[in-house]
Amino acid sequence: MTSDKKHPPLVLVVDDVDHGREIFAEYLEFRGFRVATAADGLEAIEKAHELMPDIILMDLSLPGIDGWEATRRLKQDPSTSAIPIIALTAHALASAHDRARDVGCNAVVTKPCLPKDLEQEVRRQLAAARPTEGQAQP
Amino acid sequence: MGSVAHLDVLPVPRGGGSIGAKAKLSLVDALLAEPEARPCAVLALRWLARHTGIERAVCMAVDPESGRLAGLTGLGVPPAAVDAFSLDLADRTHPLVVSLSGGEPVAFHDSGQTVPRPFETPLGHSSFHAVPLGSSQQELGPGLLLLTGAGDGPVTDDVLWAAELLGTRLAALGYRRIQADERRHKRERSLLLAVIHAVTDPILLTDANGRILIANTGAETLLTAGEEKREGWRRAVALNNMLFSASLFTAESGPTRRELLLVDPSEGKELLFEVLSTPVAIRAGENGIVSVLRNVTDLRRATEEIEENYRRLRLAEAATRAERDRLDLILNSVLEPILVTDPAGNIVRMNPPAERMFTFPGRRNSEVERRVQANDAVFTSFVSNLYAGQSLRWRGELNLLDPRTGATIPVEAISGRVVSKHGEETAVVTILHDLTEAMEKALLYEQVKRHSEELREKVREATAELAEQNELLRRQAFQLEQASALKSQFLANVSHELRTPLNAIMGYTHLMLEGVSGEINAAQQDKLARVDANARHLLAVINDLLDITRIESGKMPVQVERIRLSELIDEVMTEVEPVIAGTRLAVTRSLSADLPEIATDRQKVKQIVLNLLSNALKFTPEGSVAIRLEHHGPAGEISIAVSDTGIGIAEENQKTIFEAFEQANSSYARRQGGTGLGLTICRRLASLLDGRIALASRLGEGSTFTLFLPANPRPA
Repeated sequence: MTSDKKHPPLVLVVDDVDHGREIFAEYLEFRGFRVATAADGLEAIEKAHELMPDIILMDLSLPGIDGWEATRRLKQDPSTSAIPIIALTAHALASAHDRARDVGCNAVVTKPCLPKDLEQEVRRQLAAARPTEGQAQP
Repeated sequence: MGSVAHLDVLPVPRGGGSIGAKAKLSLVDALLAEPEARPCAVLALRWLARHTGIERAVCMAVDPESGRLAGLTGLGVPPAAVDAFSLDLADRTHPLVVSLSGGEPVAFHDSGQTVPRPFETPLGHSSFHAVPLGSSQQELGPGLLLLTGAGDGPVTDDVLWAAELLGTRLAALGYRRIQADERRHKRERSLLLAVIHAVTDPILLTDANGRILIANTGAETLLTAGEEKREGWRRAVALNNMLFSASLFTAESGPTRRELLLVDPSEGKELLFEVLSTPVAIRAGENGIVSVLRNVTDLRRATEEIEENYRRLRLAEAATRAERDRLDLILNSVLEPILVTDPAGNIVRMNPPAERMFTFPGRRNSEVERRVQANDAVFTSFVSNLYAGQSLRWRGELNLLDPRTGATIPVEAISGRVVSKHGEETAVVTILHDLTEAMEKALLYEQVKRHSEELREKVREATAELAEQNELLRRQAFQLEQASALKSQFLANVSHELRTPLNAIMGYTHLMLEGVSGEINAAQQDKLARVDANARHLLAVINDLLDITRIESGKMPVQVERIRLSELIDEVMTEVEPVIAGTRLAVTRSLSADLPEIATDRQKVKQIVLNLLSNALKFTPEGSVAIRLEHHGPAGEISIAVSDTGIGIAEENQKTIFEAFEQANSSYARRQGGTGLGLTICRRLASLLDGRIALASRLGEGSTFTLFLPANPRPA
């Protein structure tokens, strides 16, 4: 884990749509998080290994390796399996959500999603992942 | 009737005489008084029989012209045998010729020894004496006497005397006369005998003592037997003689006719004769009887047979009559016409049904008669077919006329020849079978069959059509399924594609409102808030559309669990608390005490109640909203009623209010937000949960929406 008190939590935002990445990245940075982005599944896996983020926001419909597959791989890899992953998807059907939970997503958030609601979910997941460290305050 | 004798020839010495002179004188007188040769011989033989113990005798006379020795008369010997006897005098070695020429009596004894040559005499093979007639001085006498019963010893002088006397007298009478008479007599006699013998019926002439004088062949068979015949034969003959003699005594006076039972000596069978006896004068003062026997054994048997046959005939006749009566009964009991025709084709019998077709009881020249005649012609023509052919049976179809109505009656005629045991055709029997009904039935059957086939064809067509429809439906169902799947996929995609830009709109609006991109003034903030509200409304519409799609395509999953409704209501109240806070409405709730836990899909019940409550809050400008939960035990239902004192719904709109995008007061509703899909979704969700939603409302007074759910829903 790379985050500590001096370094606010690093959030990896994965989305193939530019504005999708931009809105959440800009808001979370505004709210004091460190943010990295990836545009597809492969890049997400590479960035995850390279940056070891504190949490990943994973879009599911991605070109190439999709969000479900990328999550499955990250959760199967012991070096990345502890990183909480929030599926962030425009799919509204329960089946898509169930598949996301099945491959290891810790939570599912449906788009459209207000940036502040997303921030709340991020903080909840970070708290759940590091209960002893207390809440990271950007 | 001579028989071959095997005799020893012995010279006989003369014996002494014992007969008185008076007796001798009587013979002399008798012979002198008799002018004929044969009666003389007869007298002499009788005299000998009476006075000397002679039993049987034959007198033979020499015929110098023919040079033969011939039988003249006999005593106790069949006359035919005497007549038949004739010996050639030239046969010098014949023992009798030898005896004749010897001039001395000779005895022939039946000693069984071989003799120089066998010969026949009318006496058979008994021992006898041969005594030449006439004086011993003559070289060749006028004849010869053959005698039996003279004893083994020498013949007496009396015999010799009589022989000499007879010989002298015969010689005196002269041969020529004898010959002429004899020939005539012989001819007549032989003719007579031939006639008598020719008669097959036994004929007899008996003397007063019953002794047989003349017998023809038939009579001899019954009444005489040589010693060569077997014991049974001889006894039968003896019996016959006795029976015959006994019968003669009853026939003395005149011609009589009687029956006589005799025995056939050859076979031992009884023979019945009718005996016709007529007394005849044999000679002066002496009567004989001529008896003619007619064998009536066969006649009687024939009579008996005739009687028996007659009796049988009577019985057979009776049986036939009975059989005929029975046949009549049978024929009359048959309902179909039966006709019997003789070989000439004439109708000889009919039963009553046939009579109705072929006879006319009414007046002549009537219409009925004409029809009957037509029937007769048709029938006769049909039967003649049978007589023409060889077959025993004949079948055909005729069209007859009903004599009363003139209607055509189609009949099937079946004829059979009746042939006797001897192959003689005696009759033809014909049965007529009315085909009217059969033809009607056939017609009916055809119709039924046709209808049945039509029906079958229709069923086949319908079935084919059904199969086609089924196939079409199946294809349509498949296509629908595919379309439904495509639609679901499409809507999912649409939803995804709408959400993505909506996310950007709401996200950027939010960033700006949050001041992430710098400070904004109040006017900008107000306008951004409107963007946000519309974006949220769009999102609600998208979500509702997705719900409806899922419900309609049956892809809305139902997750049943046991829930407490009071808890659920608490949750709903919590969620709408901010909305209630923004109004001046009094919101109350009441729960009946006996509210049970129910098994249902918690999320969906919550969605419905939330929707109903939101509507109530939206469309009630002032007043109150009440939530009331009740348990209806008997109906097995619980109800959740949401009542308001709001604007209400006009009656005409109450039916369509549950349809998609229907809002009773569109402008007002739009102002209040809402997608127009809420009630549609509620009603469909309720029905997914085996429940329903009822509405009671008055315009301007308020509305009550009530969700009914089964208290004990069916097992999931």
